[in-house]
Amino acid sequence: MKRYSIFSLARNAANYHKDWGPVWRSPEPKAEYDAVIVGAGGHGLATAYYLAKNHNMTNIAVLEKGWLGGGNTGRNTTIIRSNYLQDESMAIYELARSLYENLSQELNYNVMFSPRGVLMLCQTEHELRAFKRTSHANRLAGTEARMIDRAEVKRLCPIINDRDDCRYPILGAYYQPRGGTARHDAIAWGYARGADAMGVDIIQNCEVVGIDQNAGRITGVRTSRGEIKTTKLAVVVAGSTTQLMDMAGVRMPIESVSLQALVSEPIKPVIDVVVMANTVHGYMSQSDKGELVIGGGADPYNNFSQRGSFPAVEHTVTALVETFPIISRLRMLRQWGGTVDMTGDRSPIISMTDIGGLFVNCGWGTGGFKAIPGSGWAFADTIANDRPHPIAAPFSLNRYMIGHSIDESVAAAVAH
Amino acid sequence: MLMITCPVCGAEGDETDFHCGGQAHISRPASTDPHNVSDDAQRDYLYIRNNPKGLHREMWMCARGCGKWFHAERDTVTLEFKSYYGITESAPPSSSPNPAASKTTKKKSAGR
Repeated sequence: MKRYSIFSLARNAANYHKDWGPVWRSPEPKAEYDAVIVGAGGHGLATAYYLAKNHNMTNIAVLEKGWLGGGNTGRNTTIIRSNYLQDESMAIYELARSLYENLSQELNYNVMFSPRGVLMLCQTEHELRAFKRTSHANRLAGTEARMIDRAEVKRLCPIINDRDDCRYPILGAYYQPRGGTARHDAIAWGYARGADAMGVDIIQNCEVVGIDQNAGRITGVRTSRGEIKTTKLAVVVAGSTTQLMDMAGVRMPIESVSLQALVSEPIKPVIDVVVMANTVHGYMSQSDKGELVIGGGADPYNNFSQRGSFPAVEHTVTALVETFPIISRLRMLRQWGGTVDMTGDRSPIISMTDIGGLFVNCGWGTGGFKAIPGSGWAFADTIANDRPHPIAAPFSLNRYMIGHSIDESVAAAVAH
Repeated sequence: MLMITCPVCGAEGDETDFHCGGQAHISRPASTDPHNVSDDAQRDYLYIRNNPKGLHREMWMCARGCGKWFHAERDTVTLEFKSYYGITESAPPSSSPNPAASKTTKKKSAGR
């Protein structure tokens, strides 16, 4: 792996940048691997990276039916925060957030992590009370975040509407200063480059069409590029989890819905924090290019189309125009959708299964991006040691059987 | 955007005019004694869903029209409504829209 530095940049500049070369290989699949990960999105690639780095498992492959990072990793609004209500959630999201802080150095790849602060607006008395509760829970767990009043919201985000005479006046906000954003593609590319350098085979355009098992254990996968033998199979395929797990005969507590986002035309910097308005269903931040990145709620029906719908755009934009009146004349440039896995308790699944050697990581719903490093870390440990990592253990499939759900549907409201 | 026609009153509209009630034909494990219901069956009832990529049977309500519930078959990829049937009717036998549904009886559901 060529290390990136100011010197490599200068050296390549002298050559008019003609000698950079591919960042990862495109190998042919081998006949057998120690472990196979299905899905080269952020979570899958992070899992591969930490399997190689923390557990010395380098004879592994990541299979991807499309292109690397082309699913929800390339379709989200890049928000990173860890101020969740439940202890289990706080543990994994805070692990992820803290790993994000050093990720650029760790990967020698600029992931553009920007801890610009995340504001979660309180626009009803109930929401204010709910976030106060979350803030106390977070403080007990050592997650840094605090309640702020309307004046401080206005100071942090001058373009916000702080008047009293609107339908949902701002009563305060729950503020996590260490939250922020990162470059979503760079997360996938950085992990892919790091994993590839340690010998992991990343195989794109390779669709899994069947899962082989014998006597309750995984023996291999059938793909569009031939059969691959393995004893450990990790399924990390948000949006296709039900279909993949069906191949192994495992039914999942998952429904797939469409979540969409949109960006405006680029404008000068107007907002340097992430603002989430859960009551009115909208959230917004500004990218380095100047586009306002806008997201809203998920569609309320099953949807595999990977497209958004106009009513959801209208709903989101209506809410944000009232919250940020200056955007009312702004034109929207692009709009897109991704297929997300929703679980009954709106918490993810990182789990072993009844089938030996079959692992699954899914159900991140509308908030998977922020969890990528922590999810990969805990999932890799689970795969390598054949037992749940302590942080992953509460997120097992078993929780739906014993009734230990991790309910974030209220705490997370709409925006993740 | 969805294009929906209420089979009860004939009102036409999109998803803002109707309310999606989710997967149809989920029945609560039948027993007069709760102790007879296995954890498996209760979990399946509460959480396990078909989630097909393709034809899906759902409940919908005509929210801005007659207010009645009805059943519909909808394609989750093209988002087309393929057919409608009454809320009291059981699933049409015509097709098996989803291979997962037939596996229900095998009880090989989510484990550890």
